[in-house]
Amino acid sequence: MRGVDIDVQAASSMGIVGESGSGKTVMCRAAMGLLRGGNVRSSGSVVFDGDEIGNLPSADVRKYFGTGMAMIFQDPMTALNPVRRIGSQLAESLVIRLGMNKKAARDRAAELLALVRIPDPEATLRKFPGQLSGGMRQRVVIATAIACKPKLLFADEPTTALDVTVQAQILELLSDLRRDLNMAMALVTHDLGVVANHTDYVTVLYAGLVVEQAPTTKLFTSMRMPYTEALLKSIPRLDQPSGGRMPMIGGRLPDPTNPEPGCPFAPRCPYVQDRCRSEVPPLTTAADGHVYRCFYPIGGHG
Amino acid sequence: MAGSGKAHLRPSSDPILSVEDLVVEFKAAGRESIKAVSGISFDLIRGETLAVVGESGCGKSTLGKAILRLIPSSGGSVSFEGRDLLALPDDELRQMRPAMQMIFQDPVSSLDPRFSVARLVEEPLAIWARGTVEERSKRVDELLEAVGLDAHLVRDRKPYEFSGGQCQRISIARSLALEPMLLVCDEPVSALDVSVQAQILNLLQDMKERYGLTMVFISHDLAVVKAVSTRIMVMYLGKVCEVAGPDTIYAQPRHHYTHALVSSIPLPDPNAPRVRTAIEGEPPSPANPPSGCRFRTRCPAATDECAVEEPQLTEVAPGHFVACHHPR
Ligand SMILES: Nc1ncnc2c1ncn2[C@@H]1O[C@H](COP(=O)(O)OP(=O)(O)OP(=O)(O)O)[C@@H](O)[C@H]1O
Ligand code: SF4
Ligand SMILES: [Mg+2]
Repeated sequence: MRGVDIDVQAASSMGIVGESGSGKTVMCRAAMGLLRGGNVRSSGSVVFDGDEIGNLPSADVRKYFGTGMAMIFQDPMTALNPVRRIGSQLAESLVIRLGMNKKAARDRAAELLALVRIPDPEATLRKFPGQLSGGMRQRVVIATAIACKPKLLFADEPTTALDVTVQAQILELLSDLRRDLNMAMALVTHDLGVVANHTDYVTVLYAGLVVEQAPTTKLFTSMRMPYTEALLKSIPRLDQPSGGRMPMIGGRLPDPTNPEPGCPFAPRCPYVQDRCRSEVPPLTTAADGHVYRCFYPIGGHG
Repeated sequence: MAGSGKAHLRPSSDPILSVEDLVVEFKAAGRESIKAVSGISFDLIRGETLAVVGESGCGKSTLGKAILRLIPSSGGSVSFEGRDLLALPDDELRQMRPAMQMIFQDPVSSLDPRFSVARLVEEPLAIWARGTVEERSKRVDELLEAVGLDAHLVRDRKPYEFSGGQCQRISIARSLALEPMLLVCDEPVSALDVSVQAQILNLLQDMKERYGLTMVFISHDLAVVKAVSTRIMVMYLGKVCEVAGPDTIYAQPRHHYTHALVSSIPLPDPNAPRVRTAIEGEPPSPANPPSGCRFRTRCPAATDECAVEEPQLTEVAPGHFVACHHPR
């Protein structure tokens, strides 16, 4: 991960797109102050709600969790304790974080489950996580995350492990909650379809670098980066005729431990020139605010 | 045995594979049993790619393994090249094995990490004593080149030195070593990045043309399936909902479940009209499936009839079959 700059505006939704190994999860964790330890070297700044939190010790960052920031993951089981009932887990977090008494916490837990559209909240409170489907578990995790009305929700591939019909339900739920609770969301995904439908802004990562940033509609109508273009083209589409060959990007992501000089996309880029192989292009901001990292952007500079 | 109907079978077209009323049961906790595949029929004509789509747990992988007799079936028949596989004695079944191969979702774990790439690809040839050592080695190089790998660079390396996409190429080379007629691919690109998915899908198309393969392509991703298939079969809870050509099924899904699947795919276009979720809820447990139409608990068009009578596949347009009492 190098030189990443991301602003999530209050109450908006930022999509963070990239393929595996592009640094999406690392970035989220760094922003939440969860990346601390011997093998981590980080620098830069993380400003949340006007406070600089990038250099705070973990314990101090934690006080922003819940009411400030919350996070949901691809695998909901990582956030749930398999041997405790849903009700006691959810109520406990309300007692700890909001200082509610047990009775009030239990009632609020049921309300939260209803809010995330779990059909029978009372019965679900008495169940163990293993007794729920993946989609229902993710709803429980979302309920926990929004319990303290956070201002910013990090959602790291929240629907990747779910079936497509359930994915659609969860994404709609997240969009509705975001609007109703006036909450900002950073939605990490590899799926440009998800980004197109559920975000206001998009950041595209490639090999640990931000390569493009723009409002969602702009990104899709006038993308600047060759990588973003290639990614969009290689998605199988329903409006393509069947049986033909698919457009594709050759090669693969560069090895992060052994980066070559120049633009990381150069070895796969259809527009590559000599300069791209020796110099890393800087992040450039066009007059309209569209940010990209390319010497020869699609449609030219400006 | 209540099946989902056989109107879509084409016995007069000399199918290479013909599956009728196939049932696969698993013992669940206690005396319960799960019918993961519950009376499925389909056939494959030489050179076709049949895509099997449906959500997690609907029985796709079970079906794929059962037709190759990698797991036992509890009813129905599978006829491959005119021979009833399920009734074949073990030694005769063994003789058929080279003609039927399978590749799996997780390319990395399906390759033994102790062996070199050359050994992995050669193994099936060695087991079947095909050719001399030199001939086999030459064949391994050909196969590796065919799947887009530089044989000299990769021969002596181990699978863990490769990315997921490259491992899937190695698996494909290995599965083609014995020149199979039928290749069953179970989610071959689901574990791969989007940009690598397209490479592997194109490779499978090339291999199909080059080696004249007939394929069953199992996937939960309808968009992926659209690109590679000649016919699509949609499954729900161990049953068939709809069978049609790929263009028809997307343009005019007639089953309510297929429609829900198609409209749940998020389109990479922020200006596309937004549709709210087509269906609510999640699939019920296969241990205790709904009576009548198995989709009725989530179906927006369900009536009393749907709870009583199981719909049978019927032809609603030429080559387009739907199992629904009230098709869209
Ligand atoms: N070995 C087994 N023992 C018991 N039950 C099984 C076994 N294998 C599969 N099942 C059950 O059979 C049903 C169908 O499973 P199957 O793996 O075929 O689904 P699938 O459509 O391939 O799903 P996925 O998309 O998740 O791969 C599921 O309910 C599953 O839990
Ligand atoms: S048979 Fe009835 S429940 Fe089943 S899909 Fe058709 S309308 Fe819906
Ligand atoms: Mg499967």
